Amino acid sequence: MSEDHCAPAVAPVLTSGAISIALAGNPNVGKTTLFNALTGMSAKVSNYPGITVERRTGVVALPIGPGELHDLPGTYSLNARSHEEQLAFDAITGLNGEKAPDVVVVCLDATQLARSVYLLLQIRELGARVVGALTMVDEAGASAPDARALGTLVGCEIVAVTARTKRGISDLLAAIDRAARTQRTSAWRWTPSATLRTHLDAIRAVMPAGWTTARRYGAPLPNAEDALLLWALTCIDNNPHDGDELQHVPPDVRAAVVAREFVLDEEAILARWAWLDREIPKLGTAKTDRSLTEKIDRVLLHRALGFGVFTGVMALLFMALFTGAAPLMDGIAFAFKSLGNAIHGVLGDGIFADFLVDGVIAGVGSVLVFLPQILMLFLFLGFLEDCGYLARVAYLMDRVMRTMNLHGRAFVPMLFGFACAVPAISATRTMERRRDRLLTMMVVPLMTCSARLPVYTLVIAALIPGSRLTQAGLMVGMYAFSVMTSLVAAWVMSKTVKPLKAKRLPFIIELPPYRFPRLPDVLRMMWGKSSMFLREAGTVILACSIALWALLYFPRDLPKGSPDYQTLIAAAPDRDTRDQLSAKEGAAHLEASFGGRLGHAIEPVIKPLGFDWKIGVGLIGAFAAREVFVSTLGIVYAVGGGGDNDDKQTELLRTKLHDAKQADGKRAYTPLVGFSLMVFFALAMQCMSTLAVVRRESGGLRWPIFLFTYMTILAYIGSLIVYQGGRLLGFS
Amino acid sequence: MPPSTLAATPLGKSVKVRAIAGTRAFRRRLLEMGLVPGIQVRVVTIAPLGDPLRIEVRHGQWSIRKAEAAQIEIEATSLPVIP
Repeated sequence: MSEDHCAPAVAPVLTSGAISIALAGNPNVGKTTLFNALTGMSAKVSNYPGITVERRTGVVALPIGPGELHDLPGTYSLNARSHEEQLAFDAITGLNGEKAPDVVVVCLDATQLARSVYLLLQIRELGARVVGALTMVDEAGASAPDARALGTLVGCEIVAVTARTKRGISDLLAAIDRAARTQRTSAWRWTPSATLRTHLDAIRAVMPAGWTTARRYGAPLPNAEDALLLWALTCIDNNPHDGDELQHVPPDVRAAVVAREFVLDEEAILARWAWLDREIPKLGTAKTDRSLTEKIDRVLLHRALGFGVFTGVMALLFMALFTGAAPLMDGIAFAFKSLGNAIHGVLGDGIFADFLVDGVIAGVGSVLVFLPQILMLFLFLGFLEDCGYLARVAYLMDRVMRTMNLHGRAFVPMLFGFACAVPAISATRTMERRRDRLLTMMVVPLMTCSARLPVYTLVIAALIPGSRLTQAGLMVGMYAFSVMTSLVAAWVMSKTVKPLKAKRLPFIIELPPYRFPRLPDVLRMMWGKSSMFLREAGTVILACSIALWALLYFPRDLPKGSPDYQTLIAAAPDRDTRDQLSAKEGAAHLEASFGGRLGHAIEPVIKPLGFDWKIGVGLIGAFAAREVFVSTLGIVYAVGGGGDNDDKQTELLRTKLHDAKQADGKRAYTPLVGFSLMVFFALAMQCMSTLAVVRRESGGLRWPIFLFTYMTILAYIGSLIVYQGGRLLGFS
Repeated sequence: MPPSTLAATPLGKSVKVRAIAGTRAFRRRLLEMGLVPGIQVRVVTIAPLGDPLRIEVRHGQWSIRKAEAAQIEIEATSLPVIP
């Protein structure tokens, strides 16, 4: 045991600006509730740069002045394997662009004291000014440890808090205030062996200047430096199967650690636990009463009953997302359409009005239309996560997901994929490892989302003969096809694509006691995440929809020799003729647009799939969202006679598709073309919103580009096999 | 005789951890959650599809795959030794 103080000459902090506080703690210890209680309504959610780990900050009012509170990702230890796990370490030590916080608040669970204090010991070793917040004291009941005794034991102030009722919050703020005025110390509760010392000294020889405590803390603190070196020694690992994925480790340090080739790093872990097992029981034996949790688990994890409840919960979730959000989504779509009509009414026709209505307003609408689903998703996920059920879902489904090298928690996003890939990809956040999240993101867009349904319905009704039962069977078949392709794709990618490869990573998750979720926490989380979606994915979606509008709108000149539609419309005898003429004008404009020309240009490429240029234009339009295929095709086929009656227009489009003829008089779209088209839609990545959200969640362009490329190639090959194979078999 | 592991432990039985095998990162992870040699572990249930296991360590419960539980060696006998 040693205690190591800064030179007294070093002045405490608070010379300039607000003091910064980091909040650390194990998962499931009520850290979020504490964060909310400390920061009130000031919390902001954002991402760590280039990585999807949420970074929440808020303002706290300390007696000394305002403080900035950072919530760190929940963790059992500061030792890290992945970049995500490294964030908490960097944030506490002030490495890699982070500034060392003035005070670290460690959230301690009174019912899991030893495990909580383990993290606190590590943070103390690293030379942070620590204040402990003891939570779950009410759960621990009469056997709860005494905060003061615990404080004496670990050597820093410990304050008992009940975040729900805000009890102890002002005491905690006062303790943070006091801690901020003290000098940094690095306290170790164990003594490294002589061998470990030699190893640490060997790495110290190559330690970069940025790692010194003089640089990070403004004063030399030798023991804290040792703690940093110990971290490097423990975490740097060149094992080809299970090596580390740490970022910004200086090559010299890595080389020095690898040259040591030893496993003495366990000495530190075992020494800390030996101390904990000796000292913590003296404070009492508080533990959660798990009997209620055990009773619930006996049902929820039961062989038959468990799956029954699980199916029910998932069905409910799915229905809520699939049908429950529909009226709201329709309402938003209707509101934006009405707004567009109103603007046309005021501004009349013209490029500016068209841009405003079809580009900007339609674009904003296509972002906001996701909002009900996203809000609902995060509401349900937050609720299930906080009450402890989401961990059980992973436990129940892990066996199935594991077969495809997916994480047990990937089940929920995959299921949501049936509704819409955009919220589903946001749901991958419940997995802690980047590799698991990425692989799930890469296969979720293969699930039959609701935007594919209008396309399937149109194609089946127009082109595939057969009874209603056959047609319904075909629809079910498309769902089964999507499940199969996504699972196979996951398996193949986990074997071939390097960053997605299935390493033998452990799947160990905590099954916390069931707890009542706190609605304010869930709502705050829901709003924070949803508004981040609007900010980050929304802007990309808006930009893409404006670009796509321009592609299908410009140039406005019709080719020479086209009839003068405006004069004809003005001279039309009745409304029907007028509508037909303006639909024809729309079709002519679309054909002459860049998008129309692109459709012509790609015809040779899509011909082997059985598609003509008209479908090509539809495919280009479908990139905005798959269901846009139907309306784009409607314009190509000049379906407009039905006025504003959508059902009648769809009916008309079906007839037109069914009766469409090639130049030689043969049917343009045979049932075989229909199948080819459906397979194409099942496999192709035609959704800019999905790409925008993958870009946001993966932190760059690399993965959306990969997703788009692999799905497009897959779709092309799939359709090619269906169409050419069908022709070989004698279908036309 | 190969050492007995947690994967082969009957449901409901409390056993003592002897050592943890596997890669460094794996061992570190288990040790840090308090699964250190000498500690009592109980296999509570097995998931309906046959994997993973639900284990109890230090009053906390965890889900762990059988393949991983097979890396956790346990004391040959957990019966009290009479002196």
